[in-house]
Amino acid sequence: MQPTLGDSLKNETLKFECETGNYHTFCPISCVSWLYQKIEDSFFLVIGTKTCGYFLQNALGVMIFAEPRYAMAELEEADISAQLNDYKELKRLCLQIKRDRNPSVIVWIGTCTTEIIKMDLEGMAPRLESEIGIPIVVARANGLDYAFTQGEDTVLAAMACRCPEIGENITNSVETDTHFPTAASTNNVNVLDSRVSQPVTQKIVSQTSKSTSLSSSKRTQAPLVLFGSLPSTVVNVLTLELNKQGIIVDGWLPSQRYTDLPALGENVYVCGVNPFLSRTAMTLMRRKKCKLINAPFPIGPDGTRAWIEKICNVLGVTPTGLEERETKIWQSLENYLSLVKGKSVFFMGDNLLELSLARFLTRCGMVVYECGVPYLDKRYQASEIALLEKTCLDQNVPMPRIVEKPDNYYQVQRIRELQPDLVITGMALSNPLEARGITTKWSVEFTFAQIHGFANSKDVLELVTRPLRRNMMQSTSTKTLVK
Amino acid sequence: MKLAYWMYAGPAHIGTLRVASSFKNVHAIMHAPLGDDYFNVMRSMLERERDFTPVTTSIVDRHVLARGSQEKVVENITRKDKEEVPDLILLTPTCTSSILQEDLQNFVNRAAMESKSDVLLADVNHYRVNELQAADRTLEQIVRFYIEKAKKQNNLSVTKTVKPSVNILGMFTLGFHNQHDCRELKVLLNQLGISVNEVIPEGGSVLNLKNLPQAWFNIVPYREVGLMTAVYLEKEFQMPYIDTTPMGIVQTETFIRKVADVLNQIDKNNFYDFDQYIDEQTAYVSQAAWFARSIDCQNLTNKKAVVFGDATHAVAMTKILVREMGIRVACAGTYCQHDADWFREQVWGFCDEVLITDDHTQVGDMIARIEPSAIFGTQMERHVGKRLDIPCGVISAPVHIQNFPLGYRPFLGYEGTNQIADLVYNSFTLGMEDHLLEIFGGHDSKEVITKALSTDSELNWTVEATSELNKIPGFVRGKVKRNTEKFARQNNINTISIDVMYAAKESAGA
Repeated sequence: MQPTLGDSLKNETLKFECETGNYHTFCPISCVSWLYQKIEDSFFLVIGTKTCGYFLQNALGVMIFAEPRYAMAELEEADISAQLNDYKELKRLCLQIKRDRNPSVIVWIGTCTTEIIKMDLEGMAPRLESEIGIPIVVARANGLDYAFTQGEDTVLAAMACRCPEIGENITNSVETDTHFPTAASTNNVNVLDSRVSQPVTQKIVSQTSKSTSLSSSKRTQAPLVLFGSLPSTVVNVLTLELNKQGIIVDGWLPSQRYTDLPALGENVYVCGVNPFLSRTAMTLMRRKKCKLINAPFPIGPDGTRAWIEKICNVLGVTPTGLEERETKIWQSLENYLSLVKGKSVFFMGDNLLELSLARFLTRCGMVVYECGVPYLDKRYQASEIALLEKTCLDQNVPMPRIVEKPDNYYQVQRIRELQPDLVITGMALSNPLEARGITTKWSVEFTFAQIHGFANSKDVLELVTRPLRRNMMQSTSTKTLVK
Repeated sequence: MKLAYWMYAGPAHIGTLRVASSFKNVHAIMHAPLGDDYFNVMRSMLERERDFTPVTTSIVDRHVLARGSQEKVVENITRKDKEEVPDLILLTPTCTSSILQEDLQNFVNRAAMESKSDVLLADVNHYRVNELQAADRTLEQIVRFYIEKAKKQNNLSVTKTVKPSVNILGMFTLGFHNQHDCRELKVLLNQLGISVNEVIPEGGSVLNLKNLPQAWFNIVPYREVGLMTAVYLEKEFQMPYIDTTPMGIVQTETFIRKVADVLNQIDKNNFYDFDQYIDEQTAYVSQAAWFARSIDCQNLTNKKAVVFGDATHAVAMTKILVREMGIRVACAGTYCQHDADWFREQVWGFCDEVLITDDHTQVGDMIARIEPSAIFGTQMERHVGKRLDIPCGVISAPVHIQNFPLGYRPFLGYEGTNQIADLVYNSFTLGMEDHLLEIFGGHDSKEVITKALSTDSELNWTVEATSELNKIPGFVRGKVKRNTEKFARQNNINTISIDVMYAAKESAGA
């Protein structure tokens, strides 16, 4: 399968195309499903129609029944025709939420409808906020502008503006020197108090105290805040990974609780952990004057290493032991690698993780035919793009075709022609493709699985190889089930 | 504005898309923003559909907002016309297009001139109708369109078939057990000597709609969708229709008798009498009648149940539970608010109270208050039941993937009665098990679980009372606990001892 191409590849660069944007993806309001779980004291209010509600109810499945901390403010005809007063209506609902749940923050998710009827959510929020005494964060996560995971981006960009301002001369004065690591350690402890098993807790506490003592004695490192919502265990893993290099992570956006949002300001370095956070990055740079560390994303051992190296590099730390660590991880993946080596893969594109995954899978020895992506911010993803190019050259495989705003119909034609070994696609197309003898993996799972850091590389490959392993076990799957 | 996170019936466009994708070779184009094509996921996942769902989107984005859809919708229609060569393209408005108020009809007219396929704009308003109403309306709209088209082209076939025949209206993709029901109905009709002329929309072709008048009469198995079409065909061609749902022994019998009546009215030369068939089926094919007589079913007598679902299934289920199994229905309810009058009339005399609402919290509270022995409802009620430790049989949409079983599970006809009997029986605690548990005081020693839905307890239980409580069989323990606490609260008692428990039991009269 793997074409052996010689020096002709050497001068090749990635090619970017753009299609019609007729593709299947989740509505960005789906971000409430993971964000309400991440930010424990939040409440998400999606201001939209039955269509939005129906999507959430079906997409989130079982979660619906667990008394979620989100709800729809369902717009009715009287709201659309302005017979009802938006402000009064929202106040009524928010007071009800305050009474029933008493959250530390209410996040309003603006939808297509609020855009079209031009409901002034940003204008109403501050007024209502002071009236009811609960912060209201407005995020316009609508299908007119964004796709799937970009929903989180809009929420985090809005939340970045709520982060407290960091003191002016924090890195110089002794007083703030000690203050800072303490804040960091409280953050960590908060992260810990849920769900992390005891031994890990012990380890992290000792780690934190180590880094605290390390820093309180003589802190030279500029403050560092990471952004992107990850499960708390993954947050701990990545924090520890940086701690090992002697780097202190001063906070995460988002934090486990809204009340613990990290302090931001001019001297703060920020770094993203996910490829779809370009607005957040922009907001952090422009509004909060932070310095962005542009790195590949910590997905796969190669990505994780590059991510750490870049951070170390910017913060003036010489990374140690990373090469051995990466090699070791690759060795532990040997069983999976033998399964994927030489296999071809086609990303239809729906969650913006595609480039990072394509880069990792190329390093694993796969050939990526096409990498569909809803939206590509070439500046924010610059390092990731560069690493993808380099990886293709290193592996001596052709560069994938990168298709922004893909057209699913055309993609299916291309899939028919190319017959890739694996198509990573949404659930709307999975079963029909399988019925035609094309092996698929649902792309949504990559959004919800833990895929960041060294140790989780295994989980990515577990996902990627599952259909391949199934094929090996079943004899029928090679047959086409549709005439 | 309404605070909600669960709804029973979906938005209007879902109904339209269900009609479109049920027909063969019909393509729906939604006028909607990115991400609204979630219908495709549902169909592909729930129905485990092997084919690509014939639904695409003409995407509404910022440009459309600023300048209108202009050529976009027309281009998308003509493109699909070339790519898929469908018989019909159905432009489907969504909540977004409802407020944009673009002249979609105009786009449809323009596109119709350029494309080979027929093009229609679904006549549904997001803010006025729900999924079921929209499906009903769209089906009628499509039928009307093709009947009128055939009239114009003069190829409408109004000659009745020689032998009795029927159209089945309202079988759907993503419908609750519709595929199994359809097969069961065909078997039933076949045994009555009636051939099936057309089944729409599931598996039907719009090109065959002109043949609808050939059938002697129409049947509408589910009240929610198909009635409008039946009424239209009656008005247009004097075709009688039967809207009795053949669900349960009694209703199936009523249905068959109505079929006989209709046939006898149309065909004066023959006399149709299905009495013998009914007797045979009731006695030998359906086990439900015998099951109701068997001693096992005696234990169900007067047990309390709650029924909630769409109008068709909730009504049929209520009648089955009461008339055929001797179960007491404490509350029957539906979320089909547009059909509330019919519902009330149907269940009148069969249940203690009626609940018409589409607010799931109201349903949950009702269940917590009544504390039935079993619930028959939708997936939402199943989850309420889980939380309250009350068993639930799912009898109606909205549904999950487990309601699309691979095995044969009709709810209609005589095989349907068997399936329902199993469902009911398995939902209640099995008779003998129930009896033995009562005698021996249960055999599990699990900790008592507090039920979040009904009580929050600041009451103290003494050690003796707690151990007494633990002797009570697990499945009624929660109920006893709640009753005792209710009693204690009413009498201002803070500490619950064994005495209080028995006093509570006495006052409850149980």
